Amino acid sequence: MSSPVAARFVGSAVHRKEDRRLLTGHGQYVADASAPRMVHAAFLRSELAKARLNSVNIEAAKSAPGVIAVFLWSDFHEKFGEAWHGMLGEQLVVPPPLAIMDVRYVGDPIALVVAETRALAEDACALIEVDYEPEQATVDYASAAADSNVVHAAWGLPSNVMVEVPFTPMSADLDETFNSVEHVVETTIVQNRYLCVPMETRGVLASWTPGLEELDLIVATQSVHETRNFFARYLGLDEGAVRVTARDVGGGFGQKMFVYREECAVVLATKLLGRPVKWIEDRLENLTSAGHSRNELGKVRMAITADGVIEAITVDHVADVGAYTPCPAVMDPTLLPGPYRIPRLGFSTQMVWTNTMGKAAYRGPWMFETTAREMAIDVAARQIGMDPAELRRKNLLSLAELPFTSPGGKLFQEITPLETLEQALGMLGYDEFRKEQAAAREQGRWLGVGICVYVEPTSMEQATLATEGATIRIESSGKVVAFLSTTSHGQSIETTMAQIIADQIGVGYDDVTVVQADTQSTPYGPGTGGSRTAVIAGGAAHDAAVAVRDKVLAIAAHMMEAAPEDLQIAEGVVAVRGTPDRSLTIKEVATQAYTNAHTLPVDVAGGLEATIRFKPKRFPTWSNAAHVCVVEIDPETFIPRILRYIVSEDCGKMINPQVVEGQIFGGVVQGLGGVLYEDFRYDTDGNPQTTTFLDYLLPTTGETPLIEIGHLESVSTTNPGGFKGMGEGGAIGAHAAVANAVGDALAHLGVNVTSTPLGPEQIFELVQASQKERA
Amino acid sequence: MNDRTRVRLTVNGQPESVEVEPRALLADVLRDNLGLTGTHLACEHGVCGACTVLIDGEAARSCLVFAVQAEGSSVTTVEGLTPPDGLSPVQEAMRDCHGLQCGFCTPGIVVSMTAYLNDHPNPSDDDLREAMSGNLCRCTGYQGILAAARQAADRINAI
Ligand code: FES
Ligand code: FES
Repeated sequence: MSSPVAARFVGSAVHRKEDRRLLTGHGQYVADASAPRMVHAAFLRSELAKARLNSVNIEAAKSAPGVIAVFLWSDFHEKFGEAWHGMLGEQLVVPPPLAIMDVRYVGDPIALVVAETRALAEDACALIEVDYEPEQATVDYASAAADSNVVHAAWGLPSNVMVEVPFTPMSADLDETFNSVEHVVETTIVQNRYLCVPMETRGVLASWTPGLEELDLIVATQSVHETRNFFARYLGLDEGAVRVTARDVGGGFGQKMFVYREECAVVLATKLLGRPVKWIEDRLENLTSAGHSRNELGKVRMAITADGVIEAITVDHVADVGAYTPCPAVMDPTLLPGPYRIPRLGFSTQMVWTNTMGKAAYRGPWMFETTAREMAIDVAARQIGMDPAELRRKNLLSLAELPFTSPGGKLFQEITPLETLEQALGMLGYDEFRKEQAAAREQGRWLGVGICVYVEPTSMEQATLATEGATIRIESSGKVVAFLSTTSHGQSIETTMAQIIADQIGVGYDDVTVVQADTQSTPYGPGTGGSRTAVIAGGAAHDAAVAVRDKVLAIAAHMMEAAPEDLQIAEGVVAVRGTPDRSLTIKEVATQAYTNAHTLPVDVAGGLEATIRFKPKRFPTWSNAAHVCVVEIDPETFIPRILRYIVSEDCGKMINPQVVEGQIFGGVVQGLGGVLYEDFRYDTDGNPQTTTFLDYLLPTTGETPLIEIGHLESVSTTNPGGFKGMGEGGAIGAHAAVANAVGDALAHLGVNVTSTPLGPEQIFELVQASQKERA
Repeated sequence: MNDRTRVRLTVNGQPESVEVEPRALLADVLRDNLGLTGTHLACEHGVCGACTVLIDGEAARSCLVFAVQAEGSSVTTVEGLTPPDGLSPVQEAMRDCHGLQCGFCTPGIVVSMTAYLNDHPNPSDDDLREAMSGNLCRCTGYQGILAAARQAADRINAI
C-alpha cells in the first residue's frame, strides 16, 4: 500500500519556529523570569585550590543591607537525601552543595548569600571572612597519579586515581604484530583544556511553596525531566510535586546536561526560606566553576607495514577529571581505530583527580579518540614519508565493504568514511594544493593542510538515553500540538520536529505547535544531548504522528463510508484516492472525533491523540565526516590563520539542511577555537589564569573562516526517517584537522606537532626548539 | 546605598523615569526596572556584545554604562527595533540565513548589525566581518550571521 501522505517539509530549509521570539527579544531564558517575593543568591567561592577551612565568619554578612540569609554547609547538612543523576547512576554522587571542612579547587562554593538583589548578595559575600590553611595543590594531571598530595585525602582516599584500566589487548597477536611490521610509530598526543562556554551562563529560579509543598524550577538545563527526578529524590518528594521548565536555554553543549551542586544549594535555600530564590551565574563563575573539558593525553603506538597498512593501534590514556566531576565522560578507547580497517587494538586508561574544576561533558565527550588517532596518523605519515591523505586512503573503510566489526567491537554499517574523504579532498583540490604549498615554501610562506576523518556514535543507548516520547494531539480546530520529551537549547527542535509531524499527518508546517521542556505536560525524556534528537525524538514524533493520522483515517473512512486504505491526506484534507471531490478537512474529522464521538464505531474511542515512545532498532546510529583545513602561519608573528575549511559529512537524510549546516558550523568553530584561541590555564598552584573573555578567547567573526560543506547521504535504517545524529561531529573533527594543518605547515622546519593549543606562543616555541635541535 | 537617583530617559520612544542606585547598570535598569529582557547579559565585562543597545543611535554595551550616564538620552533595545508587523530587514535576514540557534547572543547581534548598516550603506564582506567581530556567538560559527549581514545590507540598499 502506498503511503497516504507525501513529504513536503522534511528536506527543506523552512523558517524556524523559534526565530520570531528570539529575534525580537521575547525569548524566555531563566534570567528573564521572576516570581512574587523573589530573592537573589550569590556564592562565596574558594580563592585557593586546596586548603582546610579553619573558620568562616559570616556575622558581618548576615547583618549587611538587604541580606535575608547566609548559608553554610552546617545549614544544609541533613536537609537533603539522594543526590545522583539518572544518566550517571547512584554511584556518582553530586558533591555537597557547599564545602564542608576544606576546599579542593578555586571556585569551590563555601557560602550562599541570599539578599534582596544580586548586587546586595555580592556585597555581603565580600564581608565573609574565611580563614584558610593552605595545602599543596595537585594541578598537573600527567603526574597526579604518583603525587603524594591527594586531592580527596579528607575522604581517606589513598591516591589521585579515580579509575584505572590496565593495558588490555583486544587482539591476541598484538605484540607479534608490533615486532613484525616495518614501522612502529610512537607519539604522545596532548589535548588542552577548553570549555563549553554557552553564551547563557547557568541559572535557576527555584520556588518552594510551603503549604502546597511543591517545588517549581525554571532552570537553564538540557534536561528538565532528569532535573525533576533528581530534585524529587534530593528532597524526598514525589515526582509530581516537582515541576521543571526551560522554555529557552542559551546553549549548553554538554555543560547543562547534569545537575550541579550550586543548583542543589539554591533549591535548599528556597526550601528553607519558603521564598523563590534566583541564582544567575556570572561569567567568572561560568569559566571557573561550571565544568571543564578535554584535557586528556595518550601515548599512541601504531604498527604500519612497508606499504602503509596500519596493522595495530594502541593507546595509554590519561584524563584529568578535576576535583569533583559533574560528568566523568572521557575518551572511549574502543573507538580509537575509528573508521579505519585497523584489525588490532589495545589500550589502558587512567582518570585522575586534580585540584582544578572537574570534568564536564562537552560536545563529543569521548572525542579524544579522534584527536589522538588523527594527530598520530599525521605523525606517522611524516615518520614513514607517506602523504597523510594517502595513508588514510589506504586504511579507511568504504561503504561497499560494510558491515565491518572493529577490534573494539563496533559494528559499522551505513557509513561513508573513504567517500567523505575523497569528496573533501576533491573540494579542496588536494593535489593542486600540494603544488601550491611547495611553491609557497619556496617563497618562505608556511602553508599546511590538515585532515581528520572520524565516525560518530550518535543516539547511544547508555542508561536513560535509549528512548524519547511524543504525545501528539490534533485539536478540534484541526491544529496540531506536539508535546515532546526534548529540552532544546539551540537545536531547532520545534522546527525540525514540526517538519516531520506535518509531513506524517498531512498538514501544513504552520499548523503544528511544539511544546517541550515542561515536566508537567510532556513525556519523559533524558535530555537533549548526545546527538539523539533527529533519530530518537524524531522517531517518536514520526510514530506518534502516524498513530494520530491512522485515527484520522479511521474516523474519516467511517464518515465517508470508504475504506481507510483508499484515503490520502494532503494539506489538511482527507480525500478518497482518485475521487478528490469525496473529501473532508481534518477540522471536520476532528470536530466529529471530539464532539460526536458517540457516533463513531465501537472500536474508535474518539479524540485525536496518541502517545508513543520510540527506541531505535540498533545502537548507536553511526554518522561520519571528513574535515580538511588549510592554514597559513605568518613566519614573523607565528600567527596561524585558516584559509579554507571543508567538511564532507554523512548524516543520512537531512530533516532541514540549514539546521544541519548550522550545527556543523557551530561545532567546527568550537573545535578550531580549542586549538588556536581557547585554552583554560591554571598556574602551578591551581589559580585559574583565564577568567574573563579577555583571556579565555572565543573565536569571533574576525578569525572564523568561511566553512564549505559537502553532503553524502547513506540512509540509516535505525529509525523510520533514515536520519542520523550530527550535533557533535563538527567539534569532534575540527580539533585534529586544525592541529594537523598547523603541523603540516611546520613540517618542513622539522617540527613535529603533537599537542595543543597552537597559538603563536606555542608555534614560536616549537619552531625555536626544532631550530635548536637542528643546529 | 540609599542615595538613589532619578534618571529620565527615552526607551524605545517611551519617556521613562526610574529611581536607581548610582552603581546600577543601564542593562540592569532595562531588564529589571523596565522589564525589557531582550537585552541579554553574557559577560558583564564588555567583551561579548550580547547587551548591545543604541544610545542616541550609537551602538553601546549596556553592561558598561551606568544608568545615570544615560540621563536624557534616547535608548533603543532589540524590542524597539522590531516593527509592529513582521520583522526588520536585519531580523528577517537573520531568520533567512539561520543566523541564530539558541538565540542568546541574538539581540546584541541584531542591534549591532542594525547600527552598523545604518551608518555604512555599502559594506564589503570584510567590512561586515570586522563590524560583527565585537559580538560573540557560541552556536552558529558566525556563518549565518555574516550571510545575514550581507543579505540585510543588499536588501537595505535595494530599497
Ligand atoms: S554583557 Fe555586555 S558586553 Fe558582554
Ligand atoms: S545563537 Fe547561541 S550564542 Fe549565538
